[in-house]
This record gives sequence, C-alpha cells and structure tokens, in this order.
Amino acid sequence: MAFEVTKQGEVTVLDVEGQLIVGNRQELKQKVLEELENGERRFLIDFDRTGYIDSSGLGVLVSLSKKIREQGGELRLANLNDDLRTLFELTKLDTLFQISSSRDEALSSF
Amino acid sequence: MQSRHVLELPNDLGAIERSIEYLLERCRDVGFDEAKLRLNLRVGVAEALANAMMYGNRRDPGKRVVLEAWCGPDEVRIRVTDEGHGFDPGALPDPTLPDNRARTCGRGVFLIRQLMDRVEFNDRGNSIEMVLFRPQDGRRAAAAS
Repeated sequence: MAFEVTKQGEVTVLDVEGQLIVGNRQELKQKVLEELENGERRFLIDFDRTGYIDSSGLGVLVSLSKKIREQGGELRLANLNDDLRTLFELTKLDTLFQISSSRDEALSSF
Repeated sequence: MQSRHVLELPNDLGAIERSIEYLLERCRDVGFDEAKLRLNLRVGVAEALANAMMYGNRRDPGKRVVLEAWCGPDEVRIRVTDEGHGFDPGALPDPTLPDNRARTCGRGVFLIRQLMDRVEFNDRGNSIEMVLFRPQDGRRAAAAS
C-alpha cells in the first residue's frame, strides 16, 4: 500500500493505493493520527485506487472514525469499488460511515 | 482439470498476500469464476490466514500455517490449519448488531461465512475448511450465503 496526503481547503485527503490490509493498516492509522494531532479535523479517505480492504483494514477505519469524532472532527470515505462496497454493506459499516461516490461529492459534503 | 496445492507458510503476515496471489492464479488456470476469485476467495483466504497467524499461532514466528487448496472449474476447496489450541467459532458475536458495529475487530470469520459457500471448523477449532462453488446463472458473486 502507498498513500498520498493532500490538503483541499480544510480537508485532509488521503488517497490509498493498493490494499489496506493487516500487514500495512498501521501506516495509515499512524498518518491520520499525526494529522489529527497537528490540528486537522476534517478527513477524507479516497479509495479510488484501492483494490481491497480486509477486516483489519475495516477495523482501522472504525478506530480512526472514533478518534476523529472524539476530537470533534469528521471522517468521510469516497470512491469504493463494487467489491469494497459489498464488504461495507455485509458488515453494515455503510451505516457507520458517510460514503460518497466521488471525491468532489465528499468534499462538498463537509 | 483439477489441481491440488499445499503451502506451508511461516507465521508472517507478509506471506498472506503472496499466498493469495499464488492461489488465485492456480484457480484461474483451471477456469474458476473470476468474480468469485477476486472477492470471495480473496476475502476467505486472507481472513483465515490472518486469524491463523494472529490468534491461532499468537504471532509466534516459530510456528507455521498450512494452506491446502483443491482447485477445479466447478469448486474450490481451501483448508487453513494453524498450530494453536483452537477456538469456539460458535461463540463469536455478530459484528453487524448495532452494539457491535463500532468494534474495531471481530469481522473476519463473519466475512468468511458471508462470502464462502460452505464453512466448517474441525473439533479443535484450529482448522477451517471453506468451499466455493461455481456461481449459478444470474447469481451475484458476493451473495454466497
């Protein structure tokens, strides 16, 4: 997995490339927590270039969502492919996250 | 055409993705359904291997995980066995219940059960066998259960 962090106005955008899985989930978590500690509060994770998320990756997203909310912030997700959307629906995590079908839609929803 | 494969893996999370890619290729070789390979098989094998390494073998680098696979065009059967003491798969909470949705773990076996067509554990609870069948016409790949 590789990820890129950019700022779009007040939103910190993380593009995740490859797979978010048990072997690399901590890298993403660490990066988001660093940004949170630096005062960032609005986060968008864009999965346009993400092939797969395993249950550990889903767990990290849940954990980050909680930590961001505890600090008064918001985490939104965008661009889940059909397989990823299926995983969110099966686990009912689609009820826990605000998921947008495009980056622009997500950015304008903050 | 059918093929059988046995991989004895180190207890290393880095071995999971390589093993999955190897298995996917062997299943493609025999013509199994691509959509079920891409989602259902990937999830089933990834979650079973991660559970075996982290919870079964408790991350012990001295232990091994055995991955066995029987690949055919109509059916793929996978068995994952660790060296741990096993667990009670019937005691796992449902992660989709409202009170459990915000938990950060506990979705692996649930996803396996959702996405594989048949799932069985041995009595000790340290070995899981999962089967995927060729999808029926018009059936969504993800809707295994």
